[in-house]
Amino acid sequence: MTAAPEAIERESRLRATQRFLVDNPVVVLIGILVLLFVLTDLVNRNEAGEPFVTWNQLSTTFLVAAPLGMIAAGQTLVMLTGGVDLSVAFTATAAAFATSWQGGDGTVQGIAAGLAVGLGIGLANGIGVGVFRVNPLIMTLGTSSITFGLLSIYAGRSFEKVIPDLVSTLGSDRFFDYLPANLILWAALAAVLILGLRYTGYGRMLYAVGDNEVAARLAGVRVWQVLVAVYALCGLFSAIGGLLLVGFTNNPDLGLASPYLLQSVAAVVIGGTSIFGGWGSYSGTIVGVLILTVLGSLLTLLDAAEWQRQVIYGSIIIVLTAIYARVSGSE
Amino acid sequence: MSTASAAPTLEFRGAAPWRRAIRQHGWTIAVWLILIAMVPYWRSLSQQDFKFDIQALAIDALPLCFAAMAQAVIVISGGIDLSIGSLMGVINVLSAREMVDMGFRQAIAFSFLVLLLAVLASGFTGLIITLTRIPDIVVTLGMLFVWQGVALWIMEIPGGGVPLQYSDLAIGDVGSTGIPNAAVAVFAALLIVWVPLRWLRPGLALYAVGSNRNSAYLSGINVARTRVGAYMLAGVFTGLGGLALSASSAIGDPNSGATYTLNSVAAVVLGGVSLLGGVGGLIGVIAAAYVLTLSKIILLLRGTDPNYANVYQGALIILVVVIGGLLTRKTRS
Amino acid sequence: MSDEAPALLEARGVAKHYGPVVALRAADLSVASGEVHALLGANGAGKSTLVKCLTGVIRPDGGSIAISGKQVRARSPMRAARLGLSPVFQDPALVPDLTVAQNLRLTGASVDAVRAQLSDMDLRVSFRELVGDLPLPILRMLDLARALTHDPQLLILDEITAALPSDLAERVFDVMRRRREQGRSVLFITHRLAEVIATSDRATILRDGSDVGTMVPKEGGEARIVEMMLGPEAARAEVAASERDEEDVPVGAAAAATTAEERPMVLEVSELRVGGVQDISLQLRRGEVLGIAALEGQGQDELFEALAGQRKAESGVLRVSGKAFRPRHPYDAIRRKVVLVPPDRLLALLPQRPVRENVAAPLYNSPLRWGPINMRAETRRVRRAVEALQIDMRAARQVRRLSGGNQQKVTIARWLAAGFAVLLCNDPTRGIDVGTKRQVYGLLRELADDGAAILFFSSELAEFPLVCDRVLAVYGGRVTAEVPGAAADEATLLQAMHGLDLDEAVA
Repeated sequence: MTAAPEAIERESRLRATQRFLVDNPVVVLIGILVLLFVLTDLVNRNEAGEPFVTWNQLSTTFLVAAPLGMIAAGQTLVMLTGGVDLSVAFTATAAAFATSWQGGDGTVQGIAAGLAVGLGIGLANGIGVGVFRVNPLIMTLGTSSITFGLLSIYAGRSFEKVIPDLVSTLGSDRFFDYLPANLILWAALAAVLILGLRYTGYGRMLYAVGDNEVAARLAGVRVWQVLVAVYALCGLFSAIGGLLLVGFTNNPDLGLASPYLLQSVAAVVIGGTSIFGGWGSYSGTIVGVLILTVLGSLLTLLDAAEWQRQVIYGSIIIVLTAIYARVSGSE
Repeated sequence: MSTASAAPTLEFRGAAPWRRAIRQHGWTIAVWLILIAMVPYWRSLSQQDFKFDIQALAIDALPLCFAAMAQAVIVISGGIDLSIGSLMGVINVLSAREMVDMGFRQAIAFSFLVLLLAVLASGFTGLIITLTRIPDIVVTLGMLFVWQGVALWIMEIPGGGVPLQYSDLAIGDVGSTGIPNAAVAVFAALLIVWVPLRWLRPGLALYAVGSNRNSAYLSGINVARTRVGAYMLAGVFTGLGGLALSASSAIGDPNSGATYTLNSVAAVVLGGVSLLGGVGGLIGVIAAAYVLTLSKIILLLRGTDPNYANVYQGALIILVVVIGGLLTRKTRS
Repeated sequence: MSDEAPALLEARGVAKHYGPVVALRAADLSVASGEVHALLGANGAGKSTLVKCLTGVIRPDGGSIAISGKQVRARSPMRAARLGLSPVFQDPALVPDLTVAQNLRLTGASVDAVRAQLSDMDLRVSFRELVGDLPLPILRMLDLARALTHDPQLLILDEITAALPSDLAERVFDVMRRRREQGRSVLFITHRLAEVIATSDRATILRDGSDVGTMVPKEGGEARIVEMMLGPEAARAEVAASERDEEDVPVGAAAAATTAEERPMVLEVSELRVGGVQDISLQLRRGEVLGIAALEGQGQDELFEALAGQRKAESGVLRVSGKAFRPRHPYDAIRRKVVLVPPDRLLALLPQRPVRENVAAPLYNSPLRWGPINMRAETRRVRRAVEALQIDMRAARQVRRLSGGNQQKVTIARWLAAGFAVLLCNDPTRGIDVGTKRQVYGLLRELADDGAAILFFSSELAEFPLVCDRVLAVYGGRVTAEVPGAAADEATLLQAMHGLDLDEAVA
């Protein structure tokens, strides 16, 4: 019953590849992304007679994905600590509004106002979750409710909406025809995040608190500090996302970022970050964001009815996470 | 080994029984007290016969009560369901589309069919969760979209209707007593569906699985079956919630369930059910649903901008949870 | 021999693997009727896995299991129970948010029967208590009582004595003896070799997923057991090492050689009152290991928690190196170089994170150190700590994949890496194998020799004379006796731990 030597060699190569995939699940995700691109390309050729995988389309994809990329970045950090931030969408919208109100006074004031709003809401969340130990689901639900209410009140009043030039540039311009300005910003922030999570003390603390808060405390970590900071950061990233959005649409609207809430959670989850905390990365989230964006384009191309989009969207989330769980062998 | 002789009887006695009782029921009592405390202020603001106010509250809170009960069942068993609102929407449009041409008795019969569908649908979600081992937040997030799509497929724009008598089930009174049907429906559902199970093995198994899944398994409980059962049981309440939407609004709207998911979570937490599972009961949750609805009504009666109402509600939820958290510092391993 | 009745339990070639990891290679186990049979082996040898296969908690990948000659397959814990196998696991099968009565009802156990079993063990517990409010040892006894109501042919005790105080452990041994007298059997899994020799008729030793043989403990003694557990090479090294230790001047005497008062005082506790601690005073000096011996719940946990900053002292004065010490958070304690190795290593470890992050965790606990990490410096520190403790780094990617012994080493390694003055060890050898235990003893002595001050609690009395210079017995939240390390034999300690005067004649 001895297997032929070639068979053994094949088997061990297979096992080595399997192990590689398990240790680097992002590779699987990128594979899925590529698949989606190919699929969309085929469909586009079919429907519109032209390929999808063109520089123009690619650049548009990244342009459209960047705001979600920012919002999902904040969500990633929060979910690494085992929490979730349900206020990201309205925080982004509020930041967009703040920027356009203050935009008339100058670019710096405008952007500062937007970022300040994001930071403020984030700090409120952080204090609630970190200091008062309110469940993150509830706390962020509450702040999102409050933000929405306040926004609705002030949005009703008429005022001059000026979107600073820099914001518009970042939101919608492309350099050399194909390089979206927001992609440059996204790439820079992504590098900071990925390196920061891996090589800074704070990054270690995020994983520690998410993995076992009790153990972190016993190691001397004052958990509330870590949590306040992470929700503040999330608010900041949401604000940046909101600015990119309003730079793109040029019109602050109450529903500006609403779909992004669930999408941000979906992107983080698809990207392999554990909902319970202590495990994950932003690189996975980035791929998750791109997958969702390309999926959206695909569904638009297929002229899918709204109901079809929803059903497919939901099924994809479940299927992808199932695949991911299988591949990484997580329990 | 040691040479110690047999020690005298070792007895372990814990906290006094009354202290235990407070710990187990304190929160529920507190929420009901809060509700009762709000009543005088409410009366003072009311412009009309108080009977109509009570009616309005009961009807307004009805769908949330059911949504919160559904969510409570799942949270107690250690999970969470983000798709409750969407499923309610499905039930709403399905029943409104079909019942528009039915007679009362037909509609009642159809309601049972719809409830069965809700149970199966929710059970399906539970099945996916247990079979794929994906965390429930993720699965129910996906199902949120799926049900939303299904609702849109059944009915693209609001429409349909229900027979008048059926509608009366939600918005009418019991005979001439003035007790709103809506309130009766909630407590009837509680008594018929939940109470029989809660103290027997199925209910205890639910709490056990939510409390510590591993210990429950080692105790011999079929964890998978219990979890799917929790989702199916929740499906009964979700179905009732969807039917309540149909009956009270007399129309089907695919987006009708959207706000109920997150509000149900709020009601569950306010009602004293721990998001970690294994703790709490439905009576507190019902009171919490009424408190949330009543606070909104009070704000409207005061002439507050409805948007401010959102602000206050958000702040109220946070405040209650903070205070509650400070009062009951519960440590779980 | 040929007309002997079939063994009660005959397991052959049981195998189980989790992907590439082989938990059980081919384990044989044979338990006769009316015997107490011990199952021994180092952590990771496969004991727990074998038990879980026998009791239907997991499904084996190979092998056969026969009960009284009949082939069986236990697909679930319930089925195993019906076949006469009743396990009591380390984690009690009781749900914390339900009352004892509700838990029992849930599993179909008779409340009266359980109460009767408890009173047979001289125990009484109110069944209206929430399980979560009861201490772990009581829960273990409840679990045991419940298992006994099934009158199992084979009672399986998985490390039941691991965190049990000696008075409760005694009751367990009585139960085991009674079962044997009634013709039933007990499969007893433990790390405490002294218990095995005292209670068991035969012992099967597992190593690396297979059994290496069955022997009679009373004949072979500890030496033979260790040899079988570690393998002949390692055992010889072990024996050489322990012989060397015994040749040294006994611990206590060595400490007495340098005048105790000459060494600087690092930790001073005066009239401490916190939780179960009524009034404890002690002095801990550089270079000494001070033992705390106590029965369950006499205040030792609160003592450690207060010193480590987990809990606020109600009254009393703490001093570190002469300066007032009022920690309100573990950070305060760590900053003053007072560090804790907690009794439950699950509380101290980050399961999904790699060894490196676990060991380095305290280095970044302050916002001042949230900036970029000096990876080279960190690597150096971590490597030094890992080498000092001889941590097996093969599964280093996630600490949860390490064996219990290695995990415990990680909890100590992090303080080696971070640096400390006072090491608070609360039951550091709980639930780890003999080999690792000895390494820990050696390490603690070494650290003390290098100038550390160590406070040491263990639920295994035999460890005190091996590790400590002095031992304080604590009873009812007060210190009842102080015994030099060399004189801290079990009889003496037990007397003091029960609050009895040491001048009275020992029974």
